[in-house]
Amino acid sequence: MADLRSEFVGIKSPNPFWLASAPPTDKEYNVRRAFEAGWGGVVWKTLGIDPAVVNVNGPRYGAIYGADRRLLGLNNIELITDRPLALNLQEIKTVKRDYPDRAMVVSLMVPCEEEPWKYILPLVEETGADGVELNFGCPHGMSERGMGAAVGQVPEYIEMVTRWVKASTRMPVIVKLTPNIADIRKPAEAAQRGGADAVSLINTINSITSVDLDLFAPEPTIDGKGAHGGYCGPAVKPIALNMVAEIARDPGLANMPISGIGGVTTWRDAAEFIALGAGNVQVCTAAMTYGFKIVQEMISGLSEYMDEKGMTSVDQLVRKAVPNVTDWNQLNLNYIAKAKINQDLCISCGRCFAACEDTSHQAIAMDEDRVFSVLDDECVACNLCVNVCPVEDCITMEAMAPGATDPRTGKAVEPHYANWTTHPNNPAATAAE
Amino acid sequence: MSQKMFEPGITAGRLEASAYADQFSDLHPPLDPHEALVAADRCYFCHDAPCITACPTDIDIPLFIRQIATGTPDAAAKTILSQNIMGGMCARVCPTEQLCEQACVREIAEGKPVKIGELQRFATDHLQQQGKHPFERAAPTGKRVAVVGAGPAGLSCAHRLAMMGHDVVVHDARPKPGGLNEYGIATYKTPNGFAQAEVDWLMQIGGITMQTGSALGAEITLEGLKADYDAVFLGMGLGGVNALGATGEDKDGVLDAVDFIADLRQAGDVAQVPIGRDVVVIGGGMTAIDAAVQAKLLGALNVTLVYRRGRDRMNASVFEQDLAASKGVRIVNQAVPVAVHGNGAVREIEFEYVDADMQGTGQMLRLAADQVFKAIGQTLQGDALPALEGRKIKVDDAGRTSVDGVWAGGDCASGGDDLTVTAVAEGRDAAMDIHMTLVG
Repeated sequence: MADLRSEFVGIKSPNPFWLASAPPTDKEYNVRRAFEAGWGGVVWKTLGIDPAVVNVNGPRYGAIYGADRRLLGLNNIELITDRPLALNLQEIKTVKRDYPDRAMVVSLMVPCEEEPWKYILPLVEETGADGVELNFGCPHGMSERGMGAAVGQVPEYIEMVTRWVKASTRMPVIVKLTPNIADIRKPAEAAQRGGADAVSLINTINSITSVDLDLFAPEPTIDGKGAHGGYCGPAVKPIALNMVAEIARDPGLANMPISGIGGVTTWRDAAEFIALGAGNVQVCTAAMTYGFKIVQEMISGLSEYMDEKGMTSVDQLVRKAVPNVTDWNQLNLNYIAKAKINQDLCISCGRCFAACEDTSHQAIAMDEDRVFSVLDDECVACNLCVNVCPVEDCITMEAMAPGATDPRTGKAVEPHYANWTTHPNNPAATAAE
Repeated sequence: MSQKMFEPGITAGRLEASAYADQFSDLHPPLDPHEALVAADRCYFCHDAPCITACPTDIDIPLFIRQIATGTPDAAAKTILSQNIMGGMCARVCPTEQLCEQACVREIAEGKPVKIGELQRFATDHLQQQGKHPFERAAPTGKRVAVVGAGPAGLSCAHRLAMMGHDVVVHDARPKPGGLNEYGIATYKTPNGFAQAEVDWLMQIGGITMQTGSALGAEITLEGLKADYDAVFLGMGLGGVNALGATGEDKDGVLDAVDFIADLRQAGDVAQVPIGRDVVVIGGGMTAIDAAVQAKLLGALNVTLVYRRGRDRMNASVFEQDLAASKGVRIVNQAVPVAVHGNGAVREIEFEYVDADMQGTGQMLRLAADQVFKAIGQTLQGDALPALEGRKIKVDDAGRTSVDGVWAGGDCASGGDDLTVTAVAEGRDAAMDIHMTLVG
């Protein structure tokens, strides 16, 4: 079994699966249960300055479902911890004492002034915590008060606060980034300039999950009104992966450690984040949906995968996919694939046909016996049929061999790589060598 | 356990009084809203879906399931009922495992189809239990149509004609409308007076007059109807029962299964229906199964269903065969009745085993029997009917008979299986052709 021990900015944990700063890590009771279940570490739910914030007393969450009410996306309007600072600090100290091998990182959010940071950091340090995470991400509630995403959306503030924090503590400092911004590299660069040891991303995305069509109010609805919340869960994973990759492949940020967050639900999700540059991952919604036990699947799954790949430590997976993340204009336009339907696996639902016929390229034929087949002379290999097929691996994309004739264009498949920058249709093309 | 269980002869109350309600309760309890959503989520919304093709009434199944999944069961019901006005009954009695659910791609993928029949019931019940009738009658055309038979074919035809604005008079020989829905289907498939409730709901369209106790060949004649109406639809089903061809079949206790089923349906209290300790049912179709299962449910100790061919040739679906087996009915294949023994009343029935070619083997089987139910098929009754094809009224695709102005559908007409859903389709399609003919 592969060794999953992880070291992230000097913080050791038995595996790279941490619980993100969120309701599951709000108090000792939950965190003890998490550690007993096998989580490698936690980021304690964000502490602030007393008096503690108050939460709404109506619904805090809204959800988006897939088939069979499988939770795909969760939105929340909960704020940072609503418990007294001293209570949290005491519990952090107790838990860390009892679980010295687990990572204990404390999330912080205080007003955007130096004094509160100088006040709270020694208190956290005294607990024996391994590090701090600066919450510059929460997009709701706290941001209205000039904290959370209100800081995270202004790179100068990120840099300033990070610098204050680094000056006031010996602990590693992780800066948590908001995705509610145009270019994720800007806040990451600011964190780097401020001296951050790492960035973590993404925090939640501004969202309204649904509208109550009887009350005509956004959901979750509090006494007839709703406010935007922060969106997370499996639905945000693609957004998070892209942002992680944007940072990981930026030459100026290549050495910035990343803690990957955003819809991690299975070992596979975690492995994807790690391959795109994350040193570890943080999980919240999956635990909130299924309970802490899911970490056991993450541990066994990642371990089995690493064994299959001959990897002996998580570090060997980190950034493995980063070199293959590129820009569209670098994609090989001479690569030609065709969809192929495995007739043995096909259950004849016809969804590929409906999708292709109605909305794409009319490249699938349907005969009287409901046998569906690809018309290679129409297929542009868009992949929509693969995506809508309910049977795994029934439709695949098969690359054409160089030299073969593409029946759609009548031209031979070119053996060499050629991208848009040299394409004759590109008015700005540079001449091919 | 009641000691009456072991008592020979034909007697009522073989079970504890409290047992009957359970025995004859709904075969498939209705889906609750949560179960319906879970079931609906499994539908793939197939293109040109095979389930639609498999449905004799062409209900747009993926659409109605999507309407359930999105929280609009009444819209789902309208989708169903616009194709099949007896969608509620069909949801209960259709052999879905041989029709839509057999064609479901998830049957191919996982051996577990979407529960189409139960979802159809969920939607139609949701609408009908509110007393809502989703269709409106068109402006009166002044045309009058006679429908003979208030079963699935006749009612389907009548509803569609009434919806088109025609005035319809439905004649039925029995005291209640509904046909086989009321008299010919096992009690546990349609409990709680559903058949009559469905007729009442269907009649809300308006423009339909129901004349019960009005039999073709007695109170009415085809000639008379032709003279009095602009068109006639014949949907009176099959009134006669085939004979066994065994010696002694006139003995007491040898009965038609359809009568037994009808009596049970009409009994105010099923506990009062007498049943033999040893019951033999002869036949291999749905009627045979309905009779055998219900004999068992009434407390018959030994129920044997005997069919002359192999199991694979039985008209009853595998689901029905398994249902019978699960209730303790013994199924004997490849045996034909040769003699009914007994002094006045049946005591035993004797069979000869036959080979696959129906040739006698000389090997005999004698079964004790207090009652023998014959379920070996029904026949068309009546004379002065349009031309026949085989033993049924010959019709074309539109339901036209050999006689101008006379259409036919359902079990009495050629074409299609003898299923409720097929009868509904034929009644509906004949109505559309009558409409086109009358208003052209």
